[in-house]
Amino acid sequence: MSKFSGLGGRLYRGETSVDFIGRRRRWYALSGFFVLLSIGALAVQGLTLGIEFKGGSSFTVNTPNPSVALAREAVAEAGLQSEGIVQLVGNDKVRVQTPALERALNNAIQDALAAKFSVSASTIDVQIIGPSWGKEITRKALYGLFGFLLVVMIYLAMALEPKMAIAAIVAVVHDVLITVGIYALVGFDVTPATIIGFLTILGYSLYDTVVVFDRVRDNTKAISAASTKTYSQAVNLAVNQTIVRSANTSIVAILPVAAILFVGAGLLGAGTLKDLSLSLFIGLIVGTYSSIFIAPAVLTELREKEPAMQALAKRVEARGTTAATTSTAGVTPVAAVNGRGPRNQPKRKGRK
Amino acid sequence: MSTTTKPIKTSSRPGRTLAIMGLILLSMTGLVFLQDSKSLQLGLDLRGGTSVTLQPRIAPGQEGSVTSEAIDQAVSIIRQRVDSLGVVESEVTAQGSGTNRQIVISVPGDTGRRVVDLVGQTAELRFRQVLASGSGVPATGDAGATPAAGVSAADNAKFAALDCTKPENLQGNGADDATAVLVACDRAGGTKYILAPAEVLGRQISKASAGLDPQAGSAWFVSLTFDNEGTSAFGALTARVTSLPEPTNQVAIVLDGLVVSSPRINEAIPSGSAQITGSFTQLEAQDLANVLKYGALPLAFDRGEVQLVSPTLGAAQLNAGVLAAGLGMLLVVIFTLLYYRALGLVTVGSLAVAAIMLYTLILLMGQWVGFTLTLAGIAGAITAIGVTADSFIVYFERVKDEMREGRSLRTAAETGWVRARRTILIADFVSLIAAVLLYIFSVGGVRGFAFTLGLTTIIDLIIIFLFTKPALVLISRSKFFNSGHPLSGFSPKSLGLVIAKEA
Repeated sequence: MSKFSGLGGRLYRGETSVDFIGRRRRWYALSGFFVLLSIGALAVQGLTLGIEFKGGSSFTVNTPNPSVALAREAVAEAGLQSEGIVQLVGNDKVRVQTPALERALNNAIQDALAAKFSVSASTIDVQIIGPSWGKEITRKALYGLFGFLLVVMIYLAMALEPKMAIAAIVAVVHDVLITVGIYALVGFDVTPATIIGFLTILGYSLYDTVVVFDRVRDNTKAISAASTKTYSQAVNLAVNQTIVRSANTSIVAILPVAAILFVGAGLLGAGTLKDLSLSLFIGLIVGTYSSIFIAPAVLTELREKEPAMQALAKRVEARGTTAATTSTAGVTPVAAVNGRGPRNQPKRKGRK
Repeated sequence: MSTTTKPIKTSSRPGRTLAIMGLILLSMTGLVFLQDSKSLQLGLDLRGGTSVTLQPRIAPGQEGSVTSEAIDQAVSIIRQRVDSLGVVESEVTAQGSGTNRQIVISVPGDTGRRVVDLVGQTAELRFRQVLASGSGVPATGDAGATPAAGVSAADNAKFAALDCTKPENLQGNGADDATAVLVACDRAGGTKYILAPAEVLGRQISKASAGLDPQAGSAWFVSLTFDNEGTSAFGALTARVTSLPEPTNQVAIVLDGLVVSSPRINEAIPSGSAQITGSFTQLEAQDLANVLKYGALPLAFDRGEVQLVSPTLGAAQLNAGVLAAGLGMLLVVIFTLLYYRALGLVTVGSLAVAAIMLYTLILLMGQWVGFTLTLAGIAGAITAIGVTADSFIVYFERVKDEMREGRSLRTAAETGWVRARRTILIADFVSLIAAVLLYIFSVGGVRGFAFTLGLTTIIDLIIIFLFTKPALVLISRSKFFNSGHPLSGFSPKSLGLVIAKEA
């Protein structure tokens, strides 16, 4: 642990520096590959939608002796023509899922199951979803998504910088695409709880990105006047300075979600807890990656195009000072602790 | 630019800030005991029960669009139906906004199927001639013995026995037969009626509104206009009954099997536009007008989602939620203690204070706004442990950065705060936007997730300002933490200052 903390100090001073920004093509390629894979998976396989989206009924019988055969018999006796899905959940439940049914048939199935397993009908957990319900919640989720992106973009443009807002949104869209893609690829069930998880990821991914960007803004406030670093180099330092923080906040965010996932999937079988935490779990990991590798890179891309920043890059190059500015490949331990260390960092003046 | 020293000096009264925090906690727990809201309001998914989410739509064969008033009306119709079950703590609410709302019904216990059957029917408005009326209690002796004209003995016996004070008799179920005689109560349960078959239907109303008669001062009235069919039907009805004796000269307006109003007909109305007058208050007049408008365009209800949760599943989900919360908290505590050593204790303390605050707030919210804790709500709270701990990490890491710049812990606790504060505010605000939008755009149980997520984000802000920061400032004055002890979390080694010293 303390070794890791020591690394934090070296990263902070720029003694150890991982070149995130200089190698951004590599991260773009990686992300591009995953995004394409996700889109491909979505197009070819599509999402496995839960009954909440398709409409249908689900009956769960709580019984000490669950039996798939017995449940099938009951369903057949109730007069269900089409094929229902019957499965065991844990070792004391059996679940029957059917397409959307007439109300009388729903009641008949519930009664038949109760009779077959000799339990009271009221101990059977029933979920009935109307056929048009899925459209309703999909529409609401999409409204939520676009509303969120818009409001956050405006807020971040005001609180940070407009280009930071754009970069942050690019990263968020990237996160959602890849998370949804993983769902399509693996074939996890998508339920309303999953959707809520997706939407929550947006907030989380942005939390990390905001922490990084706030430091970027700090580091680049007086950058033109100082002419010691290009914009890319300043961003890279900011990412390095905040990486320990990003790692820690991500671990701390993932731990409780992992706890829900463990309890939800392990003890309850399927349900709200599992669906919610699974999408959060995947999304958090993707979100952490994008806040370190994608968001700052996109920001750099946007800002380096500005004439002022290009002029700055030329000035820095002209100075030819190699000590603190060249970012050679990989981890670069800089032995000399000279006056150009962090203590003299000009951009830190912008404190309130 | 560098006016850093002044605000730092003034803001640094950690003892006082902590005292304020203590006072807030104390008053919140005090409120809990004062209001006697000591038990958690659990959602149906945690204790068993039935929940039905209805999507209102225009009834089949009708044209027009769902209006906000119609949904309000639908909610009160459904509420009337659900209340008739007499189950304590039943709830009928509209979720969403404007015309885009869902009606959510939750009934605890195992009334299951009855609830589902009850709430799905379309509520119709009908005009029926009153054949007999009486006080809402069952008739004693032979008071109801003589049947009124045109009433069968069976209906008369039913009328005599009807007790409008019982909730089950105030059950609108949309199942009243338009072509048969109806024995019904009024909405309040004070009067009962025998009513003739319906002659005019709500769908034949084309317009209804409440108005104020300028001549009569404060007399509110309701005016209504019928379409072509309605005009002739209503004209015939009024022409026939106007000369009859009381109460058969009254026409009852029946919505969902219950009498809303029974105005006396003063004259034949062939024109198709009528006025209902009486000693209406503004509210009563508007209510009646809304009922009529609703009747003109009744809503059908699609059962969007029906969930019957057995008490077994409820208990299992509650246990799982509590277990996950405990486990999540434990993991975070272990991690912060390992990484931040003694400093982690500040985090643990902050999380404990946050947990107490959240618990009391949920208790109070249950009392004040009827907030119920659902499984999704618990998940939101657990997820928020991460958000809360994130803020501490942002602050601590910033303090470490400041120390790497050569500042003492004491100064760093203040200068680091100034910088961390802005980051935390922006980041928490983004979380809050997410929570609010999730709340607006989600339906049913998952709303609880957004609610607790938002609540904990606000709590996080309170805690970091009023607890974590002053607590850190306080300990930054202690010898142990300034000594750079390996367990303090601020050792030169953990800050990575060792290399610099050697060089």
